[in-house]
Amino acid sequence: MPLPRQDDEVAIAAAGVVKRFGEVQALAGVDLEVTRGTVLALLGPNGAGKTTLVRILTTLLTPDAGTASVVGLDVVRDAARLRSRIGLAGQYAAIDENLTGLENLTMVGRLYGTSRAAAKARGRELLARFDLVEAGGRAASTYSGGMRRRLDLAAALVAEPPVLFLDEPTTGLDPRSRIGLWETIESLVAEGTTVLLTTQYLDEADRLANAIAVIDHGSVIAQGTSDELKDRVGGERVEVALETADDGAAAERALAPMSEDAPAVRDATVAVTVRSRDGVIVEAVRRLSDAGVGVADINVRRPTLDDVFLSLTGHAAEVDGNAPGGVDGDASGGVDGDASGEAP
Amino acid sequence: MRRLVTDTLIIAERNLVRLPRRPDLLLAFTVQPIMFVLLFRYVFGGAIQTGGVPYADFIVPGILVQNIAFGGFVTALGLNEDVHKGLIDRFRSLPMARPAVLAGRTLADVATNTLSIVILTVTGLIIGFSFGTPALHVIAGFGLLLLIGYAFSWVFAFVGLLVSSPESANSVGFIAIFPLTFISSAFVPPDTMPEPLKWFAHVNPFTIMVDAMRALWVGTPAGNYVWGAVVWALIILAVFAPIAVARYRRTASG
Ligand SMILES: Nc1ncnc2c1ncn2[C@@H]1O[C@H](COP(=O)(O)OP(=O)(O)OP(=O)(O)O)[C@@H](O)[C@H]1O
Ligand SMILES: [Mg+2]
Repeated sequence: MPLPRQDDEVAIAAAGVVKRFGEVQALAGVDLEVTRGTVLALLGPNGAGKTTLVRILTTLLTPDAGTASVVGLDVVRDAARLRSRIGLAGQYAAIDENLTGLENLTMVGRLYGTSRAAAKARGRELLARFDLVEAGGRAASTYSGGMRRRLDLAAALVAEPPVLFLDEPTTGLDPRSRIGLWETIESLVAEGTTVLLTTQYLDEADRLANAIAVIDHGSVIAQGTSDELKDRVGGERVEVALETADDGAAAERALAPMSEDAPAVRDATVAVTVRSRDGVIVEAVRRLSDAGVGVADINVRRPTLDDVFLSLTGHAAEVDGNAPGGVDGDASGGVDGDASGEAP
Repeated sequence: MRRLVTDTLIIAERNLVRLPRRPDLLLAFTVQPIMFVLLFRYVFGGAIQTGGVPYADFIVPGILVQNIAFGGFVTALGLNEDVHKGLIDRFRSLPMARPAVLAGRTLADVATNTLSIVILTVTGLIIGFSFGTPALHVIAGFGLLLLIGYAFSWVFAFVGLLVSSPESANSVGFIAIFPLTFISSAFVPPDTMPEPLKWFAHVNPFTIMVDAMRALWVGTPAGNYVWGAVVWALIILAVFAPIAVARYRRTASG
């Protein structure tokens, strides 16, 4: 990994960041770079170290080793100055339930050092932006989960920070609120804000992020755009749904000659990665019918981030510790060596 | 320094604004002390010999000190809640003066303690307590109570950051405060206690604080109690304020 560049284009840089809590190695040397004005999604399962990294970058924790800087300010040495340049919306909405929405935002604004009047005006502006005008005068204890999230994000934006850290911003939101929040994040980025967000959801990373860093067991195991990551898995995937799971082994043997990689079998589904999609459906069906295997459904698709995640970490993204057998094998195409042996 | 003052006031305001919205907390500051005075005056009052001093005069300073020492307890609960709700993470990510979150809380406690003292004193006067000293001593007594309360607020600030849940804050508070306040001169004269307890009661800072209040408000012999009480309060403050702030710097919401 290259050392972090210190020029203006890099908003967030981390090099060799290590953090352990007693026995637990939460971060095992993280290297990361986020270009100014872009969104980086930190994608990883529970316990991967996402929150720990966010806490280090927002000065809440100090790293045991390595260095990190945000807008050119070191997270340890320049922590005090850095705090006025960042906004944080943590994993759990950090709002005072006994205060109203407006009082929450006003308090945060004043703690950034603005006058009461200015903080209040900014609070009103943010309430309008986050569709909380009517609720703004009510105690936050009466807010729904989505409203709390929005208020929390508003609080992170009080000082119009150039860099924003969002730890699982949409976890627990209904689909409509989720899309609303995505749109808000997109408009912030359009205004020039740099965003680092963590997520367990691939569609979220796919939609919002310019770059994705996949993190597992405290290490970044892959980094790139969504398309680059998908290319690393390589080729197109032919997925065959079998009529009966009993035919799994027979189907695997029948499809093996189609690819350099071994087919992946999960329950009654067999997947095989191929170079080109031309004629693959016909070929697959012919081979399966020659082998006497009944086919319920078949399709060819580009790899999804889900496939990327599966091949990189050996387990599915949203289901912690669920390691489907035989999937690791088909990752060998374009994936770093350090991804192997990661299966839990 | 200016930053510390403004941030502390902002946090204190935050903690006071919410009071009227939390009837449970308000009850803790108002009804609970009244209940205590009434219980002690009328349940135990008949049985306890106080050696010449009317029991109402004996008990009111005792209950006041006990109540004010407990007053900072909401700080432990509130801070613990802030840790768990992630608010401490938010505060620590803001460019605010580091000690302000704790200093603001303990300052808000001074306001609520003032309320408790007034309510308790009025209740005391109604059940027969009377000041036996010049106005200056009475005022000094108020001051001493506030100082004691402030010192204990910092103890509770530390406890609130230390323990894992509001429940354990509760039990730590109970285990620490109950023996300290009961094995003292607050409710009964220590001379009636068995030898080891009597010894403890005599060295207990609570006894010194309670006897200081009796000297200032009732006019019992002052001895060195008043200065002793002030020194004890300052020692508690000097120990617990720094360790609470140090703890705060390292606290991450979980
Ligand atoms: N304060 C702490 N004390 C001890 N262990 C901790 C602490 N904070 C985190 N850990 C451990 O460090 C590892 C990484 O935790 P972290 O919270 O960063 O994961 P995460 O990726 O944010 O997970 P999630 O998706 O569940 O939020 C976990 O094993 C966790 O148990
Ligand atoms: Mg997390």
